[in-house]
Amino acid sequence: MQTFQPAALLAPHSSHGGKPLRRIQKTGLAIFAAGLLMLAVSLTGAGHSRPLLFFLLSIGLATAGALIYILPQVKEDPPGIRNNHIFFRGMTARGAPAWLTAAILTGFYVLLYWFPQTLYPWVRLTDPLSNLLSGRPADHWFLYGTFYTLAVLVMGVRMLIRYRHNRYQLIRTLSVMFFQLGFAYLIPAFLKALNQPEFYFSYFWPLKYDYLFPNDVKRLLAQPGGLGVFMVFWGAAMSFIAVPVLTYFFGKRWYCSWVCGCGGLAETLGDPYRHLSDKSLKAWKIERYLIHGVLVFVVLTTALLWINSAGEGRFFGSLSGAFACWYGFLIGAMFSGVIGVGFYPLMGSRVWCRFGCPLAAILGIVQKYFSRFRITTNGGQCISCGNCSTYCEMGIDVRWYAQRGQNIIRASCVGCGVCAAVCPRGVLKLENAAPGERYNVTLEDSLLK
Amino acid sequence: MQHLVIIGNGITGITTARQVRKRSDMKITVISNETDYFFSRTALMYVFMGHLRFEQTKPYEDWFWPKNRIELVRGTLTELNTGEKFVRLEDGQMFRYDKLVIATGSQTNKFNWPGQDLPGVQGLYSYQDLQLLEENSRGVSRAVIVGGGLIGIELAEMLLSRNIPVTFLVRENYYWDNVLPREEARLISRHVLEHGIDLRLHTNLKEILPGENGRVRAAVTEFGEEIPCQLVGLTPGVHPNIDLAKKSGVAVNRGVLVNEYLETNIPGVYAAGDCAEIVAEDGGPARIEQLWYTGRLQGQALAKTICGERTRYQRGVWFNSAKFFDLEYQTYGFVSNEPREGESSFYWEDPGGKRCLRLVYRTGSRELVGINVFGIRLRQQVCERWIREKRSLEYVLEHLREANFDPEFFRRFEPEILRQHRLAM
Ligand SMILES: Cc1cc2nc3c(=O)[nH]c(=O)nc-3n(C[C@H](O)[C@H](O)[C@H](O)COP(=O)(O)OP(=O)(O)OC[C@H]3O[C@@H](n4cnc5c(N)ncnc54)[C@H](O)[C@@H]3O)c2cc1C
Ligand code: SF4
Ligand code: SF4
Repeated sequence: MQTFQPAALLAPHSSHGGKPLRRIQKTGLAIFAAGLLMLAVSLTGAGHSRPLLFFLLSIGLATAGALIYILPQVKEDPPGIRNNHIFFRGMTARGAPAWLTAAILTGFYVLLYWFPQTLYPWVRLTDPLSNLLSGRPADHWFLYGTFYTLAVLVMGVRMLIRYRHNRYQLIRTLSVMFFQLGFAYLIPAFLKALNQPEFYFSYFWPLKYDYLFPNDVKRLLAQPGGLGVFMVFWGAAMSFIAVPVLTYFFGKRWYCSWVCGCGGLAETLGDPYRHLSDKSLKAWKIERYLIHGVLVFVVLTTALLWINSAGEGRFFGSLSGAFACWYGFLIGAMFSGVIGVGFYPLMGSRVWCRFGCPLAAILGIVQKYFSRFRITTNGGQCISCGNCSTYCEMGIDVRWYAQRGQNIIRASCVGCGVCAAVCPRGVLKLENAAPGERYNVTLEDSLLK
Repeated sequence: MQHLVIIGNGITGITTARQVRKRSDMKITVISNETDYFFSRTALMYVFMGHLRFEQTKPYEDWFWPKNRIELVRGTLTELNTGEKFVRLEDGQMFRYDKLVIATGSQTNKFNWPGQDLPGVQGLYSYQDLQLLEENSRGVSRAVIVGGGLIGIELAEMLLSRNIPVTFLVRENYYWDNVLPREEARLISRHVLEHGIDLRLHTNLKEILPGENGRVRAAVTEFGEEIPCQLVGLTPGVHPNIDLAKKSGVAVNRGVLVNEYLETNIPGVYAAGDCAEIVAEDGGPARIEQLWYTGRLQGQALAKTICGERTRYQRGVWFNSAKFFDLEYQTYGFVSNEPREGESSFYWEDPGGKRCLRLVYRTGSRELVGINVFGIRLRQQVCERWIREKRSLEYVLEHLREANFDPEFFRRFEPEILRQHRLAM
């Protein structure tokens, strides 16, 4: 082992921190903190009688404070890649602040899934907003959606500033912000206002597994008016036609890093943690077992439910229901929520997308075997510095390929384009082109001839 | 079983080892006094800036080496006996070899400046230099960097990331204009200034002064100006590390002398990478290539030779790339700083001053000779092909699109570039 390691190479600490905060940023942080404090106070039920006021004083202030903190960063440095001090700061290098954040996030998910009544003081604060959008009071899912959307928007602004020199990142970030706000927040609320079933047009089976479970399908089909039928049709068309066709043309990125809400959160709120994903070969092995295991689990569950439903419960009795229940608990709540988001500050932003999401598994299989998408490497320019691998949120060891001059074709790549952005030698380019040229002759192969 | 001993676990030594393992079962031992494992020297700056941890500069996981039966030994080699075919380490360990590769890399140049060995004065080459910098940069209110090459500007960026103001002394009229044509050198010099570096052009270092504590207190320029500082970075280039070869009967000049097969004057002893000076068979000038990819290519060719398939090292069309703060740079073929006899060049610069393209061509035949590009990524294979196929300037400008390697949705400059060319015609 190395005989001596300067402290800065090992321990996250901030004795030589980044630029000192400007006064406006300190003000922003103070306002943000005040908002959080009010949020904590509201848990006592203090805001019950004046929800709008307390909403503005808590969630409103926190959002404003965060923006006041983030916006001045435009002037901070010239545009360019700024990953300075990421491995020195406790918050981004698994120090105490990161553990605290993880604990808070995880705790929130536990309450949300299993003890939602504890969150009702907060839910009440969002009543005025919910009334405005959907004409009815909020529930805890509306609260969650509000938090989620605000996180994507505020941290999306941060992402826009951070990558203002990179149009791919700008357009992609605007896209995830648009789909989260429109498709995953406003439209479902408007649907409720119109007395239609709540429906997320940007999620489909098997990520949103119940959309093709018999109960949901029957419920939608039974809706008066054509909208329910359209929703079932839409869901099935997305799962079975859009997924293969769009992935053939663009790779899985068309969904995972442009549309999906889970991806949207990972690319915005999760951006400060993308370097924490595990790049080891071992992690890749675990990934392949887990993600395909989850895919098998959900396909099996769906099939059992349909067979059972067709046989009117004669075949499996309560078994298929139990399957669905366990899938919902283990995968839907524990994996995608508690671990998937709660562990951002410890394991990186794409734990769920990489190890768990069954839709990502399908998109990945299509991407690997039937797609025009690849990351092209630029001849012999790679200097093996490791920036690409480090900042790949999916834990792909991009350098392994780049330094051999080999195109990167990996099932898990979500096409976020950050590897290409951080590469200091312009080695990587995300491309869609004729599938025949995807597997190129590498520097090493050409030598072995 | 044959035993291959490689001195140096840098890109050259390690590539040789890996490629030999692909072709042969021979025993392979790699010796280095720098680190236990191969790491990427080019990424040292990112460790200091907190973009990476040192761990992440290692291109292979630690299990890779035992799995591929490449034995790694940590220690300083002090004796090389080419007669009896053994090497000895400082601690007495001895290895007999059948074949030996010298891949000892480079060392930082020094120019006998008074005070150059004071505490607080250092170069940047090795992992140990990085550790030293970690100590030397503590509590520093200003640093002076001397020598305007690629490592100097990296050091400036590193120190700036820790909020240490930097004065950068450059001997030339513009930063790096001993390599770059005037326009490009000016473009980067501007960029360096924009990042808040106190760039002093045309300024030489005279001496470095100690303070009462024995550490560096100030740097004095040839104009007599005394710049108070607590850290001086010396980056006036590197030279081959030939210490070991020199005292063991291996022929050396500036570097370890080898032919185009990377063979030294002693059978079974080879040299490659930064430390090698390659003498061309056709009597052309001897060359020392001090780059990452040339080390890799030399290692690849050498591995074939060692495994019995004697192979000439052929580099192909020259290229290189670098990044100056936020400005990416690529070069292909031959672009000299002063226009050469019989050559002309087409130069385009974006009005924003952050992008430019230079195409050098033979004046008569208009064949492309070289490319310099800043702020736009080009595709290596295409540029290389154009130069190899001697495409004309007009062909290249018309087809510039094919060479673009910028990310999707980036603004494209080909139409503007072509318009400028047409206007100039
Ligand atoms: C800060 C920095 C940035 C750079 N950036 C770039 C870049 O962007 N692009 C590029 O193309 N090039 C770059 N270079 C140059 C590039 O890193 C070198 O060309 C390359 O590393 C040389 O590889 P090598 O294997 O020949 O030698 P080295 O990497 O120097 O390896 C030689 C090894 O041998 C060891 N050794 C020497 N003598 C002994 C002995 N007696 N006993 C035991 N071990 C010994 C040394 O300790 C060292 O570990 C950079 C260099 C530096 C310092
Ligand atoms: S390989 Fe690159 S584009 Fe793909 S997920 Fe990793 S960082 Fe994103
Ligand atoms: S591809 Fe780029 S970022 Fe990745 S190791 Fe190579 S030079 Fe570094």
